[in-house]
Amino acid sequence: MLKILATRVEQGCRTLPFPSALATLPERFRGRPTLDHSKCPDGCQACADACPVQALQAGGAMQLDLGRCLFCRDCLDACPEGAIAYTRDYRLASTKRQDLVLQGDEVPRVHALDQKMRKLFGRSLKLREVCAGSCNGCEMELQALNNVVFDLGRFGVQFVASPRHADGLIVTGPVTENMRVALLNTYEAIPSPKLVIAVGACAISGGPFRDSAQVRNGVEGLLPVDLYLPGCPPHPLTLLDGLLRLLGRIEDQTAVNYPRSD
Amino acid sequence: MILKNPQAVDEAALPVLPIQEFRSTVLRAVLEGARLSAFFGRFINGKVKLYALLAHDETGECTAIATIVQDAYPSLTPECPQAQGFEREVAEQFAIRAEGHPWLKPVRSHRSPYPFFQVTGEETHEVAVGPVHAGIIEPGHFRFHCQGERILHLEIQLGYQHRGVEQLLAGSPAKRMPILAESIAGDTVIGHGLAFCEAMETLGGCQISPRAQALRGVALELERLANHAGDLGALGTDVGFLPAAAYFGRLRGEFLNLLMELTGSRYGRSFLRPGGVSYDLSETQRTDFEQRLARAQKELQTFARMLFDTPSVIDRFEGTGIVTRQVSEALGFVGSVARACGSHRDVRHDHPSGIYQFSHLPMMTADTGDVHARALVRWLEAERSLVFLREQLTSLPEGELHMPCSPMMPNRVAFSMVEGWRGEIVHVAITDAQGSIARYKVIDPSFHNWMGLAMAVRNGEISDFPLCNKSFNLSYAGHDL
Ligand code: SF4
Repeated sequence: MLKILATRVEQGCRTLPFPSALATLPERFRGRPTLDHSKCPDGCQACADACPVQALQAGGAMQLDLGRCLFCRDCLDACPEGAIAYTRDYRLASTKRQDLVLQGDEVPRVHALDQKMRKLFGRSLKLREVCAGSCNGCEMELQALNNVVFDLGRFGVQFVASPRHADGLIVTGPVTENMRVALLNTYEAIPSPKLVIAVGACAISGGPFRDSAQVRNGVEGLLPVDLYLPGCPPHPLTLLDGLLRLLGRIEDQTAVNYPRSD
Repeated sequence: MILKNPQAVDEAALPVLPIQEFRSTVLRAVLEGARLSAFFGRFINGKVKLYALLAHDETGECTAIATIVQDAYPSLTPECPQAQGFEREVAEQFAIRAEGHPWLKPVRSHRSPYPFFQVTGEETHEVAVGPVHAGIIEPGHFRFHCQGERILHLEIQLGYQHRGVEQLLAGSPAKRMPILAESIAGDTVIGHGLAFCEAMETLGGCQISPRAQALRGVALELERLANHAGDLGALGTDVGFLPAAAYFGRLRGEFLNLLMELTGSRYGRSFLRPGGVSYDLSETQRTDFEQRLARAQKELQTFARMLFDTPSVIDRFEGTGIVTRQVSEALGFVGSVARACGSHRDVRHDHPSGIYQFSHLPMMTADTGDVHARALVRWLEAERSLVFLREQLTSLPEGELHMPCSPMMPNRVAFSMVEGWRGEIVHVAITDAQGSIARYKVIDPSFHNWMGLAMAVRNGEISDFPLCNKSFNLSYAGHDL
C-alpha cells in the first residue's frame, strides 16, 4: 500500500491541460497538410502519381482529400518543388465530407451541434464504438483517450458497452462484408436522436483497403455521418479536438500558426 | 531445400514431392522438433500447389517443400495438430479438402452458417458473445460450451475483420504495398512492415546499411515495449488493480511518443520501406532518447514491482488459464504465449536477421503457462528490450538510410520471419515470370495462438475469460487479414 502511495505521489498529475493550452507535438509529427499550388510546374503530376490511395489531384486545382490521406509522406518526397508540407496542427475534424478536401492552408470546419442537441449531449455524451474491419490502430487511439494523459471522462464523454446506453456510434474500419450487418444492427439499437462519428481513413473512404472486394470503402452511403475524424490512425488530440468542437466546447476555430514539420 | 531467414530462392529449385512423401517429410520433421511456420496454397494450371515452410529452431535453418494436389489430400492434422488452422485455410481458399481433418471449419468465410460444436447432457448450456464486444476492441464471436459453471470448450469464430489483405498485396502497385503491410495489424506496424521489407529486399537483391538495420531494431523494440507495457496495464485493469493500469498506460504512451519522435507516427507508420528507413536519429534526439529510456527503465521496474508484489493481483494471476508446454508444442504456439509455457522459440534468437545477427537478446521464458507466466514474460522481455535499446543508442553504426532496390527477380519464392511483439511473423512472396507478385502469404502470430486461448479457458469459468483473453491479447485483424 505504501509503495502504491509513494508511486502515486511521485507520478503526480499527468493530464494534459487541454484545451486551455495548445498541445505541442514533436517536430516530425505529420499533421494537417498544406498545399501551395503556385509552386507547381505546369503539368506536373508527381504527387498525384506517388499517392498510394489517390488522395491527391494535381495540376491547376490542386486538392488533397483528408478523408483518404494516410499521412504517408509519399507525395512530399515525390514533389520536387515543396508544394506540399505537413504542419504540426492536429486539427483535422470536419462535420462535412466535402470540407475534408483541402486546397491550401485551411483548417477543416466543425459546425457545433445545434442548441437542442447541445442541451442533450453537451455535458454528457455516451458513445458505442464498432470496429468494422480496422487494423486496430484507431481502436488503440480511441482507448488512449481514456488514459490519464488525455482523460476524456473529464469532458463528460464516455464509451459505453451497450448501444442501448449510447447517444452515438463511433465507426472504425472500411466496413468489411462480414461486419456490415452487425454494424447496422448496432446503429439500429441506439435510441434516437443519435450521432455517427467516422474515425480514420478506413471508415471515411476505405483507407489502404479501398476497392478490395471484401470491404465497402467506409460508411458513406450506409450511415449518416455527423463528424469525420481523419488520420491513419488519428492522433488522440485530433479525436479530442474534433469531439470537443462538435460539442461546442472549443469555440475558437481560427487558424493558429502551427510550425511546419521537416 | 535449406534456407536462412530471410531468403529468396528460385521456384524451380524448390523440391516438389508427391503428396505422400510431402506429408511424411513434414510429419517426420515436426516429430524431430521442427515447426510448421507456413503452409499455404497457390493455383497453378487448374491445380493447387501446396507449400510448407518448416522452421528448425535449434539449427537456425528452415526447409521448404511443395506438392501438387487436386481436390483432396490426406490431412496432416490428426498427426500434426499444428497444421489445423493452415489446412482449414487452404480448404477455404482453394476448395481442397483435407481428408480426415477433425474439424474442417471455416477460418474467415461467413458464407454459410458456422458449424459450431454442440454439447448435450445435464446442465450443459452455451453462452454466445460478439461479434460486437463491450469494450473498444475488434470483433469476433466467442461461444462457450459449459457444464454448470465450468467451460468445456470455447469456440472462437473469426473472420469479421477480413479485408482481403493477401489479394490486395498480390494485385497492388508497388507504392501501395508497404501501406498495406503496415495495416495488417495496427499494433504491429513495425513487425509486419519489417517482414514485408525483408521479403522485398531479398527479391530485389538489396543490402541495407548497418545504420538502417540498427534503426529498424530500435523501432521494433519500441513497438514491443509499448505493447508489453500496455498489456501489463490492461492486466491490472482486469483484476481491478487500477494504479497499474494508470501508470503502465502512461508508460505505453511514452514509448509510442518515442516512436513518434523517430518516425513521425505513434505506431511507426511510413518508417520502413524496402531499402532502408525514412528518418535518421539525430544526435540531439539520441541523447534525448537515452535520458528518456533511462527514466522509462526505472519506471518499468517500479510499476512492475508494484504489480507483481501485490498479493491480490498474484492471487488472480497464478493458476489462471494454464496452457501446458505439451499443448504449446503440439499446436505450435509462438511468441510470449509459447515462451510462458516453457517453449523455447524467438525469431530474434533462433533465426536472426538484420541487427539481431550482431546484437543478441537473451530469450525469456517461464514454465507455469498461466496468466502470471504470460505477464512475467512480458515484463522480462520489456527489460531486455530496454537494455538492447540503450546499447544500440550508444553505438549507432554509420551508413546510408536508404539503398536502391533492383526490380523483383522473376519466379522466386521469398520468405522472411520477424519476432513481432506477439511472436513469429512470416511473410512469403512468390513472383511470376514477369517479376510481379503472384501470391503473397502473411502469417500473423495470432493465427497460431488463438487456439491457445481456447485451450487456456478449458475447465475454467467464464468470469476468468476477460483476464485470460487479455493475457493473450491476440490480433483479430492479423488473423483475419
Ligand atoms: S500523405 Fe496523403 S496525400 Fe500524400 S501520398 Fe500519402 S496518402 Fe497520398
